[in-house]
Amino acid sequence: MYKIINKEVLAPTVKKIDVEAPLIAGKTRPGNFIMLRINENGERIPLTVADYDREKGIITIIFQEVGYTTRLLGQLEKGDFIKDIVGPLGQHMDMEGYDKVVCLGGGSGTALLYPKVKGFYEKGAEVIAITGARTKELLILEEELAKISHRLYIATDDGSKGHHGFVTDILAEILEEEEIDLVVAIGPVPMMKAVSDMTRPYGVKTIVSLNSLMVDGTGMCGGCRVTVGGETKFTCVDGPAFDGHQVDFEELMNRLNFYNEEEKMVNKKEVSD
Amino acid sequence: MPVVRKRVPMKNQPPDERIKNFKEVPLGYNKKEAIKEAERCLQCKHSPCVSGCPVNVPIPRFIKALRENDIKGANRIIKSKNNLPAICGRVCPQENQCEKVCVLGQKFEPVAIGRLERFVADLILEQEKNNNSGEKTVTDGDNISTNSDSRDRVAVVGSGPAGLTAAADLAKEGFKVTVFEALHDTGGVLRYGIPEFRLPKSILDQEVENIKKLGVEFKLNVIIGKTITIDELFEDGYKAVFIGTGAGLPLFLNIPGENLNGVYSANEFLTRVNLMKAYKFPEFKTPVKVGRRVAVIGGGNVAMDAARTAKRLGAEKVMVVYRRSEEEMPARNEEIEHAREEGIEFILLSSPVKIHGENGLVTALECIKMELGEKDKSGRRRPIPVEGSNWNMKLDTVIVAIGQTPNPLLTSNSRGIETESWGGIKVDENLSTSRQGVFAGGDVVTGAATVIEAMGAGKKAARSILEYLRSDNKDK
Ligand SMILES: Cc1cc2nc3c(=O)[nH]c(=O)nc-3n(C[C@H](O)[C@H](O)[C@H](O)COP(=O)(O)OP(=O)(O)OC[C@H]3O[C@@H](n4cnc5c(N)ncnc54)[C@H](O)[C@@H]3O)c2cc1C
Ligand SMILES: Cc1cc2nc3c(=O)[nH]c(=O)nc-3n(C[C@H](O)[C@H](O)[C@H](O)COP(=O)(O)OP(=O)(O)OC[C@H]3O[C@@H](n4cnc5c(N)ncnc54)[C@H](O)[C@@H]3O)c2cc1C
Ligand code: SF4
Ligand code: SF4
Ligand code: FES
Repeated sequence: MYKIINKEVLAPTVKKIDVEAPLIAGKTRPGNFIMLRINENGERIPLTVADYDREKGIITIIFQEVGYTTRLLGQLEKGDFIKDIVGPLGQHMDMEGYDKVVCLGGGSGTALLYPKVKGFYEKGAEVIAITGARTKELLILEEELAKISHRLYIATDDGSKGHHGFVTDILAEILEEEEIDLVVAIGPVPMMKAVSDMTRPYGVKTIVSLNSLMVDGTGMCGGCRVTVGGETKFTCVDGPAFDGHQVDFEELMNRLNFYNEEEKMVNKKEVSD
Repeated sequence: MPVVRKRVPMKNQPPDERIKNFKEVPLGYNKKEAIKEAERCLQCKHSPCVSGCPVNVPIPRFIKALRENDIKGANRIIKSKNNLPAICGRVCPQENQCEKVCVLGQKFEPVAIGRLERFVADLILEQEKNNNSGEKTVTDGDNISTNSDSRDRVAVVGSGPAGLTAAADLAKEGFKVTVFEALHDTGGVLRYGIPEFRLPKSILDQEVENIKKLGVEFKLNVIIGKTITIDELFEDGYKAVFIGTGAGLPLFLNIPGENLNGVYSANEFLTRVNLMKAYKFPEFKTPVKVGRRVAVIGGGNVAMDAARTAKRLGAEKVMVVYRRSEEEMPARNEEIEHAREEGIEFILLSSPVKIHGENGLVTALECIKMELGEKDKSGRRRPIPVEGSNWNMKLDTVIVAIGQTPNPLLTSNSRGIETESWGGIKVDENLSTSRQGVFAGGDVVTGAATVIEAMGAGKKAARSILEYLRSDNKDK
C-alpha cells in the first residue's frame, strides 16, 4: 500500500499527487515511469514520475483524468492509499551535452515534460519551453515551468492566453530563426507526429515519449510494442522515449484505439452505478 | 494379486459445460478410487519411476502409505522431495517423466502417479484449511531445524516455483528469507500463465500461506535490478541471493502484420485473463478481446492454455496452428486431449508467414504447408516449407505462443552475472553464478522448461546456499 501524502488540483481534470514510495524515489531518474493499480480489481496503468524527493522518499505524479482509472485516482484524497506501485520503469533520458533544447508539451503532456525541462535546465542547457492547451483554464504548471526554463511560450487553441493557435506554430518560428540541438515533444499522438514532421526537414533531433497501452511494464507481455525505424520495440523497456523521426505513429494510434469499446463500457457502467 | 491393466479413470467436468466456465477440469480421485489405483502399483524393488521423476519422489513408498490409508505419512514422503505436490500432481508432464518409465506401463497403462500425488496433497490442504487452530500441520512444520546456528538473511528474486521452493527450504534451515517479486502477486507462471481451470489459484494461495508460516517474507512490486539492485541487497545485509526470475520475455514470429490489433503474445493474453482477471470484465477493469475466430500459434502447454482460454471467453472457432505433426507437440498429452474434447481444432504441419489486416485489425492468417525432414538436434523431425502451398484462413485474433526467453531486466542492470548468448544465466553444477554469493535456477537458467524442474533447481540451490553460508566463503 502506498500512501498519498499530498494532493493538488492543477486544472479541472489535471491533478498532482505526492505518494510515499521511498524505494522508487531512490532510483528514479528523469524519463522513468511507474505502473500503478488502485485496488484489487483495477487495471495497471503507466504514469510518469513527474518529480521525486529521494530524501523524503516521495514521488510526484501528475495525471489527466481521461477514463475510468485516472478518474478514480483523481477521487483519492490525501491520506488514501494506492494498492500497488512498481518502478522505476523504462529508460531514463540522457540530458548531457545539449546547448539549446526546445521542450513542447500539449495537454497533460506538459506534466510528463516537466521532469525533462528540469533535467536539461539543471544540466546547463538553454531551455525553451512551449506549453499549450485548448483554453486558459486547462493550462498547467505555468509557474513551475517558468522557473526552470530560459524562455516560456504559451499557446491556446482559443487564444484565451498566449499565442492563438498550436504549440507547433511557435516551434515553426523558432526552427526558422534559431539553431536548436534537440526538440522534445510530449503530448497527444497527433501533436508528437506533427512536431516530428516539422523538425525532419531541419534535421533537428526529436525525441517523443510514447503512451502505448501497457499491462506489466516490464517486458513480459509485448502489448506495448511499437515500430521504430522498421523494428519492433517494447515501449516499456526500450522507451518510452524514442526518435520521433523513426516512430510509426499510424500504428501507435491504431493500437491505442483497440479497447475503445471496453473503455467506454467501464466508464458508462461506473457513471450509472 | 493379478495385474490391473487399466488405470482408474478420473472424472472430468463435461466438455460442453466446462467451456462456459473457468472451473477446474479434472475433478480428482476420491479416496476409494485413489486406493484402488494405488493398489495397481507393483512396488518394484528397483523402482525406475523414482529416477524418472526430476526430483526423485520416493514413489513406491508414498503409494504404499496411501494404500495403508496413511495419508499423512504419504504426504510426508512426497514432501521430502517435492514442496508443491498439489501443483505438480496437476501440471507435471508425467507421461515424459515418472509414468514414462513405470514398469506397469511397458505392457499396460502406467500407474497414475500424478493423480495419486494430487489426491494426497489435496486431502492435506483440505485438512489444513479446516484446521484453523493455527497449530502446526504436517506440511509446514515437520523439518524446521530449531537449533539452527544462524539467522543469516537470504534474498530470493522471483516467486515462481523455483523461488518458492528455495525460500521454503532455506526458511526450514533457519535462514531469514525475503522473496522479492516484480508483479503485484506471487506464483510467477503459476499465477499469470497457467489458467484457473488447470490450476485453481486457491491452491497456490494456500501453498504461499504455508511458506509465509515458515517465516518467509514476501515483498511484492519490487523489481530487482530496477527498484533495488543486487549490490544493494548485499549492502543491506543479505548474505546470499537466489535468482529465480523465469523466462518471461515473449518471442514473436517476426512476420508482417504482427503489430495489428488482434495479435497477442500468449503472455499478454494469459496475463490479462489470469493475473488481471479479464474473464471477469467489467467487474475487473482489464479488458481482453477474442472475437469469433482465433488462431493460436505453437504446440506447447502455453498454446493449449491460450486456445482453451479463448474458447472459454466465447470464441466460436479456435485453431491451434503447429508447424510439425501432433507427435512432436511438446504439450502434455492430457492438455491436447482436453483441448480436442473442447472443440479446439488442430492445424498441423502449417507455419504462419503473414498476418493480413484491414483498418488496423486482423482479418486473416496466411500459412505455408510444411513437410517433415531429417531429425534435428532436439531429435524431432525438422519441418521444411512446401514451396507455393500458401493458404489463408479468416480470423479476428492471433495468439503467438512460440516460446519465451529470460527477461534481461535483472542481468542487464547488475554487475558480474554472466549470461549465455540467448539470455540464460550461466551457473556451475551447484547453481552458483559467476558472482559470489549469487545463485540461480529454474527457467532463467534452462530456458522455458517445467514446474518440477524449476522446483528441483530451487531445492538444489537452497542446499548450495546452505553449504556456502556454512563455509567461510562469504567472509572472503
Ligand atoms: C510511459 C507512459 C507514461 C505516462 N505518463 C502519464 C502521466 O504522467 N500523466 C498522465 O496523465 N498520463 C500518462 N500516461 C497515459 C496514461 O497511462 C493513460 O491516460 C491511462 O492509462 C488512462 O487510463 P484510464 O483507465 O483512465 O482511461 P481509459 O478509459 O482506459 O483510456 C483512456 C485513454 O488511455 C489509454 N489507456 C488505457 N489503458 C492504458 C494502459 N494500461 N496503458 C496506457 N494507456 C492506456 C487509452 O488508449 C485511451 O486513449 C502515460 C502513458 C505511458 C505509456
Ligand atoms: C502458459 C504456461 C503453461 C505452462 N504449463 C506447464 C505445465 O503444464 N507443466 C509444467 O511443468 N510446466 C508448465 N509451464 C512451464 C512452467 O510454468 C515454468 O517452467 C516454471 O513456472 C518456471 O518456474 P520459475 O520459478 O523458473 O519461473 P516463473 O514461474 O517464470 O517465475 C518467475 C517470477 O520471477 C518474477 N521476476 C522476474 N524478474 C524479476 C525481477 N527482476 N525482480 C523480481 N521478480 C522478478 C516474475 O514476475 C515471476 O513471478 C507453463 C508455462 C506457461 C507460460
Ligand atoms: S513430481 Fe511430477 S514427475 Fe515427480 S512423481 Fe510427482 S508427478 Fe511424477
Ligand atoms: S515403476 Fe510403476 S509399478 Fe513400479 S513402483 Fe514405480 S509406480 Fe509402482
Ligand atoms: S507493457 Fe508488457 S511488455 Fe511492455
